[in-house]
Amino acid sequence: MTEELHDVRLTVNGNTHEIRVPARRLLSDALRHDLRLTGTHVGCEHGVCGACTILVDGSPMRSCLMFAVSAEGSEITTVEGLTNPDGSLGHVQQAFLECHGLQCGFCTPGFLTTITAGLRENPTPTHEEAREMIAGNLCRCTGYQNIVKAVERAAALRQAQEPELT
Amino acid sequence: MKPAPFDYRRPGTIAEAVAALAGEPNAKVLAGGQSLVPLLSMRLAAPAMLVDINGLPGLDTIEAKSDGQSDDGVRVGALARHAAVLASPDVRRVQPLVSLALANVAHATIRNRGTTVGSIVHADAAAEMPVVLSLLDGSLDVEGPGGRRTIPASELYLGPLESSVRHDEIAVSAYFPALAPGAGVAFEEIARRHGDYALVGAAALVDGESVKVGYLSVSDVPTVVDLTGVADADLGEAALAQLDPAEDIHASAAYRAQLVRVLTGRVVRSAREGVR
Repeated sequence: MTEELHDVRLTVNGNTHEIRVPARRLLSDALRHDLRLTGTHVGCEHGVCGACTILVDGSPMRSCLMFAVSAEGSEITTVEGLTNPDGSLGHVQQAFLECHGLQCGFCTPGFLTTITAGLRENPTPTHEEAREMIAGNLCRCTGYQNIVKAVERAAALRQAQEPELT
Repeated sequence: MKPAPFDYRRPGTIAEAVAALAGEPNAKVLAGGQSLVPLLSMRLAAPAMLVDINGLPGLDTIEAKSDGQSDDGVRVGALARHAAVLASPDVRRVQPLVSLALANVAHATIRNRGTTVGSIVHADAAAEMPVVLSLLDGSLDVEGPGGRRTIPASELYLGPLESSVRHDEIAVSAYFPALAPGAGVAFEEIARRHGDYALVGAAALVDGESVKVGYLSVSDVPTVVDLTGVADADLGEAALAQLDPAEDIHASAAYRAQLVRVLTGRVVRSAREGVR
């Protein structure tokens, strides 16, 4: 049997891409294989680990729990879209660098996207709220302490960079 | 693992969606997909067709009404995401149990995509919202080839992951009755990991003399027990007399029974304290 293919137009990090994929193509696979945006990582592939988290219309979602055909018409942001326009690290990325918020780095793209959206919603999280913000992402290296510190550091950097946002 | 191939339809109207379902007995509705897609990826399910309702207009509604009428309550459309329902102050005011339970549904990222109605129709006895709908005596509106009908929560759950929604029907909205003046509610669950499925969860509704508690992850369907007239010290045992906690890889039956004892007392006490 020949599998039916669908023309899908995806808007990722401000760029429009047209791909032709079967309906069962997971959005995570479409990003990595069809668009070659390999920053989004695939860990458990059933929604538990959070490594594949991307922003869909600004909200964190699991790209492994969506089909590419379903994402047409949405604005998608991946980890590649979190750098500043001049190519320097965005505030969450910079905070991870400063706080040593990663070791192997496999889970990091999911943390970066989740925290980027989390700080938009809550620019000045308490320690507890910082922990809650990353509760849906697994990291097997760090023990999370430095990631929580990175959330708090990112909040401070963000405020310094863009004080009018808070 | 990747999902097996399936035909894909993205209808623009409910009528088209119902027609697509009616034409393929082995079709499934795709809304948020936060439970369905893992089942597909693990190939525990392999429907011949997915009918993606994310393009249907007017289904992302959240209405909360409390003007002293008999239809006071919260009505949630099929495409309202958990996160949007949880964020609504009107929902929290009219029926706080909906908000209390939603805060326990998976993690925030899953709630951004998953839908409350989808969770109700998925009929997982380990999920929060089917228990809330059952405890509150809510209902589900579905649309099929013959038009719309309302299914009372008491007739909705048939077995594990099995509801009385027919294969050619689409759940359009769920209705949670408002919290009556003088009534109180509470929700608590115990899970091994934050955001994971609960080993046992309990929701309480206290209204005057009436005391009811609904349980998730205890039986293979959402279960509500009437504890009216039971002395506080006997609540747990009285609940267990009407329940038969199941054993699985996550917990023994004896441990589940102990969680029922502990949680029953806690939620009833907490619901009484919250009476308004």
